[in-house]
Amino acid sequence: MAEITLPESIRDVEPVRSVRTPAQLDYEFTAGDATTRFLTGITNKRIIGQQAPGGRVYVPPRGADPELGQPTPIDVEVAQVGTVTSFCVVNLQFYGSVMEIPYVSALILLDGADLSIMHLIQEVPADQVRIGMRVEGVWRDDADIEPTLESIRYFRPTGEPDDPHVRIPGEGHGTGLGSWVGGVAPTEAVIRNPRTGLGGNPEGASV
Amino acid sequence: MRDVAVISFAQTPMRRRVEELNEVEMLMPAVHGALRQVDMTIDDIGFTCSGSTDYLAGMAFSFVSTLDAVGPWPPIQESHVEMDGAWALYEAWVKLQIGEIDTALVYAYAKSSPGDLPMVLSRQLDPITMGPLWPDSVSLAALQARALLDSGKATEADFAEVAARSRRAALANPNAQLAWDCPAADVLAEDYLVAPLRRSDCPPITDGAAAIVLAAGDVARSKVERPAWIRGFDHRIEPIHLGLRDLTVSESTRIAAEAAGVADGPVDVAEIHAPFSHQELIVRDALVLGADTSINPSGGALAANAMMTAGLVRIGEVANRIASGEARRGVAHATSGPCLQQNLVCVLEGE
Amino acid sequence: MTVGKQRVAVVGIGQTRHQATRGDVSMAGLVREAAQRALDDAQMTWTDIDAVVIGKAPDFFEGVMMPELFLADALGATGKPLFRVHTAGSVGGSTAIVASQLISAGIHQKVLTVAFEKQSESEAMWALSLPIPFTPPLHAGAGGYFAPHVRSYIRRANAPDHIGILVALKDRQNGLKNPYAHLHEPDISFDSIKDSLMLWDPIRYAETCPSSDGACALVLGSEKVADDAAAEGRKPAWIQGTAMRSEPTLSAERDTVLPLGGALCAADVYRQAGITNPRKDVDCVEMYVPFSWFEPMWLENLGFAEPGEGWKLTEAGVTALDGDLPVNMSGGVLCTNPIGASGMLRFAEAAMQVRGTAGDHQVDGARKAVGHAYGGGSQFFAMWVVGADKP
Repeated sequence: MAEITLPESIRDVEPVRSVRTPAQLDYEFTAGDATTRFLTGITNKRIIGQQAPGGRVYVPPRGADPELGQPTPIDVEVAQVGTVTSFCVVNLQFYGSVMEIPYVSALILLDGADLSIMHLIQEVPADQVRIGMRVEGVWRDDADIEPTLESIRYFRPTGEPDDPHVRIPGEGHGTGLGSWVGGVAPTEAVIRNPRTGLGGNPEGASV
Repeated sequence: MRDVAVISFAQTPMRRRVEELNEVEMLMPAVHGALRQVDMTIDDIGFTCSGSTDYLAGMAFSFVSTLDAVGPWPPIQESHVEMDGAWALYEAWVKLQIGEIDTALVYAYAKSSPGDLPMVLSRQLDPITMGPLWPDSVSLAALQARALLDSGKATEADFAEVAARSRRAALANPNAQLAWDCPAADVLAEDYLVAPLRRSDCPPITDGAAAIVLAAGDVARSKVERPAWIRGFDHRIEPIHLGLRDLTVSESTRIAAEAAGVADGPVDVAEIHAPFSHQELIVRDALVLGADTSINPSGGALAANAMMTAGLVRIGEVANRIASGEARRGVAHATSGPCLQQNLVCVLEGE
Repeated sequence: MTVGKQRVAVVGIGQTRHQATRGDVSMAGLVREAAQRALDDAQMTWTDIDAVVIGKAPDFFEGVMMPELFLADALGATGKPLFRVHTAGSVGGSTAIVASQLISAGIHQKVLTVAFEKQSESEAMWALSLPIPFTPPLHAGAGGYFAPHVRSYIRRANAPDHIGILVALKDRQNGLKNPYAHLHEPDISFDSIKDSLMLWDPIRYAETCPSSDGACALVLGSEKVADDAAAEGRKPAWIQGTAMRSEPTLSAERDTVLPLGGALCAADVYRQAGITNPRKDVDCVEMYVPFSWFEPMWLENLGFAEPGEGWKLTEAGVTALDGDLPVNMSGGVLCTNPIGASGMLRFAEAAMQVRGTAGDHQVDGARKAVGHAYGGGSQFFAMWVVGADKP
């Protein structure tokens, strides 16, 4: 490390080791078209997925079908029940969190949707939550419904039998799409190209 | 050097607030437009590179969600820079030089409207010596303008002329945000915003997106009649601290221009990324442009200044004029950091 | 400038002593510490460098927007090209790749590349959990995001519960042999890991990476630069292949557990490097494992194991430092995680192995090593293969 020679006049001054500068920046975010349509549906206690022509049903929508790279103008209402495709039990309080720990955060594939949403599971002990479990949404009181996914307080078991064959992308191919089966790397052909329709399994759908 | 050309360029209408769309919705028309112009899809693209910044979006990892606009499925070769899209284009150009791919898609976008842009940009400074003062971008530019006036190299009337000429030229640009025909005298009659800069000397705050498709050699020739070939490409940086530089010259632009070979031929058109009017004069000098060069026919950054995007737009605007036959050789410039700290120069030419 | 793909090698490597808080240096001091070490290792000075490529993850981690701008002179970049890469967690790797491409394309001869994160300046957990507009904050940071995917892997591979503990134990013990690693835990044991708090079931506290301040730097040189270094007795690490792949964050068809992009990235880089049987041809691997279960997952994703067999390699000790395919000899991300630098540390550690400069965590006779980095929601992948032999 290079030696720094200070001028005589400041040689006895205590060096500054750090500077604490609080910073605040305010942002006003735009929901955009897709999110606005989705959240409007929420205020009517409906869960509206969105679809590009020829694409999958996305909940919550993000503005573009990420496989096609196209907008999602078609509204598709999905059910308020679905199947748990994965989950974890959170034991950690973090900055800004209002959740009481432990809580279950789960990926839920709503009937009619093609992508799982992330939400809470309650009204069941954490150690009884399972992949394949059928759950239904529980809304806030009508007076408290706002344009946010938090208007659904959580999901709880419906009591129906589990769906052990719930569609989880990638599970048909080894332990996932990125598996090397027989020491052979997968290629793009293991999935269906959404624009050309080429690839994927013989039935034309991906795993 | 491998022949690589700009073969298409698309931008969204540049506006103060794109209120009804989020970033990915705003970006899609630019990406789709650039691809459609040359009848290509993402499947025809060898490499994708983008420029954007988290602090503008107010979100960490903000570029991750906008990648959806491209439809990266099957998985693609892609990278991202926290810089203006002009530098993303540089990265794509470098990759094409290597020779393993022949096409690239470059895009950039910014929504400056969610935050307070001059305040956001004050976070782009040395956090110990500059940041705590919260100097806004206009004030910093004004320091440079004052230095330029004091040096005798320019007058306020010169600034006003740049401001007036830019907005007048923008009348011919359907995507420009600010466009009007007012004489320089009107600009001089304005009150100072931050002396010696007047409001008209300053750029607008803009939401917008742009995209460019690059192709090499015969692939470019097969796609368009007049590819805009990149003949020289360089970028340089200076220290951020204003006191360490001569603010009246752009040393990094001068070095980049020399390395890019700007002087190797006549420059018919120059698109200079100068958010403040006085900066156009500084960059013009550094590029050593002759009197015959048409400067900022698009209106430049004074007409539309989407952050992280305006530099890429400069390259696109030069490419457009070469593609139309209007110009044979042109220079595009992009800048980053306070008071022209970092500069990029791209020389483009028709066949 | 020559056309076509030129050879590139790593001729200098440097990193900082990684810690939760490097309160003894500013950001400039942190990057210079790594860069100066890399320059010293390459026996070069700041003026020898043609261009600087810097990478780091979100700037909210430091509270400074585009900090490379104010660091330009600290990095010796005045008057030179400076480039800033940001590809989320894989950034350290993609930065090294972008830097290598400048030489590969024949544009520069000597490039300094640096990756860093000084997470203590801001609040990393906050920055990682910054509320995404219009999205309820549910998953409590990165661990909460990845835990469901780990659960899925355990189910698909029928893996026993303790594999994650074995990985954490191995990596932390390896870290003890790495003087730069952040976590040095001499008292770590199977039971101490097993008994640690379950944070996001099934991921425990002790199976989780730390939050670190740190930087890594490489000096990359052209063939001539590397040949000169070799002639002077400083072995270069030749870059035999580089690859990157990206896929969407949330899409209906992608697999978040064993992503297709990761496998395609690996296949591409192996093809370039002439690797036909990864398990046999590769001597050692530095892969990005921030939560211990990612080791068996990536072993399968990168072609080192058949489906459902990744955890068996771990259990059998194959990935131990003295095993047949050592993984994360440096202690990996589980010991040290300055997010922006972690990818470059993987690439650097792979290069150290084939140069024979890895000290106490050296794999004897390593001649071909893989560096791997990933980022985002397991969607960005960057890899390189380095070797003792010129490609």
